Amino acid sequence: MIGRSSTVLETAAAVRSGAVSAMDVTQAALSRIAADDPRLGAFTEVTSDRALAQAAKVDAAMAGGGDPGPLAGVPFAVKNLFDVAGLPTLAGSKINADHPPAPSDAVLIRRLTQAGAVLVGALNMGEYAYDFTGENCHYGPSRNPHDPSRMSGGSSGGSGTAAAAGFVPLTLGSDTNGSIRVPSSFCGLFGLKPTFGRLSREGTFPFCYSLDHLGPLARSAADLAAAYDAMLDPAGKDEPVTPGLGRGADGLRIAVAGGYFAKGALPEAFEAVATVAASLGATETVTIPEAARARAAAYVITTAEGGNLHLERLRTRAEDFDPATRDRLLAGAMVPSSWYLQAQRFRRWYHDRVMELFANVDIILAPATPCTAPPIGQETMVLDGVEMLVRPNIGIFTQPLSLIGLPIAAVPVQRPGGLPIGVQVIAAPGREDLVLRVAAQLELSGVCAAPVPN
Amino acid sequence: MPDSTFDAVKHVEHMAAVLGLAVDPVYMPGIVGNMARTAEIARLVTDFPLSDDTEIAPTFHPAQVHPAMPHSGSEGA
Repeated sequence: MIGRSSTVLETAAAVRSGAVSAMDVTQAALSRIAADDPRLGAFTEVTSDRALAQAAKVDAAMAGGGDPGPLAGVPFAVKNLFDVAGLPTLAGSKINADHPPAPSDAVLIRRLTQAGAVLVGALNMGEYAYDFTGENCHYGPSRNPHDPSRMSGGSSGGSGTAAAAGFVPLTLGSDTNGSIRVPSSFCGLFGLKPTFGRLSREGTFPFCYSLDHLGPLARSAADLAAAYDAMLDPAGKDEPVTPGLGRGADGLRIAVAGGYFAKGALPEAFEAVATVAASLGATETVTIPEAARARAAAYVITTAEGGNLHLERLRTRAEDFDPATRDRLLAGAMVPSSWYLQAQRFRRWYHDRVMELFANVDIILAPATPCTAPPIGQETMVLDGVEMLVRPNIGIFTQPLSLIGLPIAAVPVQRPGGLPIGVQVIAAPGREDLVLRVAAQLELSGVCAAPVPN
Repeated sequence: MPDSTFDAVKHVEHMAAVLGLAVDPVYMPGIVGNMARTAEIARLVTDFPLSDDTEIAPTFHPAQVHPAMPHSGSEGA
């Protein structure tokens, strides 16, 4: 029986076996969205007509004896910075609503469609992706399905909400400083930020060229692997990761990140890391050098590139921005070039040092967020006895790692009676296979799971 | 380099003029607050000594018209 809790692979298997039609699966997803999304705010556009037409194509392929693709009939949705043919690419903004409709789909949507998946809509996000909360002053907040008074996390907020609520088993997001990993942590999902540059960004609205990544969010590690494999460049050399998933963590040297990654968070963040580490038998710690400076470098690069990207819009339409985004981007446009260039040179230095660590370790574990999902609108939180701003500090553990483009799976630790929280499973560039193998083992052992809340 | 004498108000006023931005006075406190925070954070980077041969991270590939990276070109689906 395919329903709200079904995974990508369960859905595809049912459609491919003829147990259920893609049309039925798609209509059920559209019904769930129509019934429940008004209170959760995941979608900014539901592409019903297109979805039904695509489902009919999948069913026709089945009826004709053809191969409908590995993701046959799997409903999915994308952060609204992905081009969807016929829609303006909002990137969470009011300003982009005036853009002409995108002439074609983003490359990653085309690849998933080619694999048989069915796009059902575009998802809410923080304005221009400069956000960790999932709040949006134009389109309302995307809410956390585990507690709708709380943040989904951002900036891929709707991507977190839609997958966690069981509207669809697969969503796509973007991650510049943590925008896949943060909603994965707050919404209790598996999320993958691949190696920088691995998945095509063609047909998506940028935020920060130096740091933007795209990737999937789902409710199982194998689903992430299936989506990732389907999105690889078919003409490229990258190997699919699904065939090796069953090897789990066997033979991998796994360590916990100490130092910077072992302070400045609430106890639940470290408890989750300890739970995952214990399950994997990881007892070593490793120190990622100068992580605080790495976070600072990511901050400076992001604000400077973002400010430059949006300068003309800031000049002509400042009043149409979300005030929080506007003020940060305006300040970013005023960053002296020496600060920016020094951050890019530091990035090179830091990359080379972290690569040295991977000579002795295959996987590093770190918290994904310093806290579980805060209430929507909360502006400050207390960490280590110090009151800090929520917005900039949600990403303290994600930013130093995306700075150098490492592949990372966010894995969800459920807390009985409490909200879920994520752990980052980190590997060397190009080793998506390792982070997903570990995620799959954690899921198999029951340490990590992403159940749809009642 | 940013230091404790960094005056965010003066910097923002100067840069607004340099960039030709007519900043609504209502936005000034928010911009100045962000500029001051950015300066504080940037100091962590600018205080860190780097050797002359530490190149900036992004690389440029002449002759590569359709890089595998981003927003670029005609890569097929």
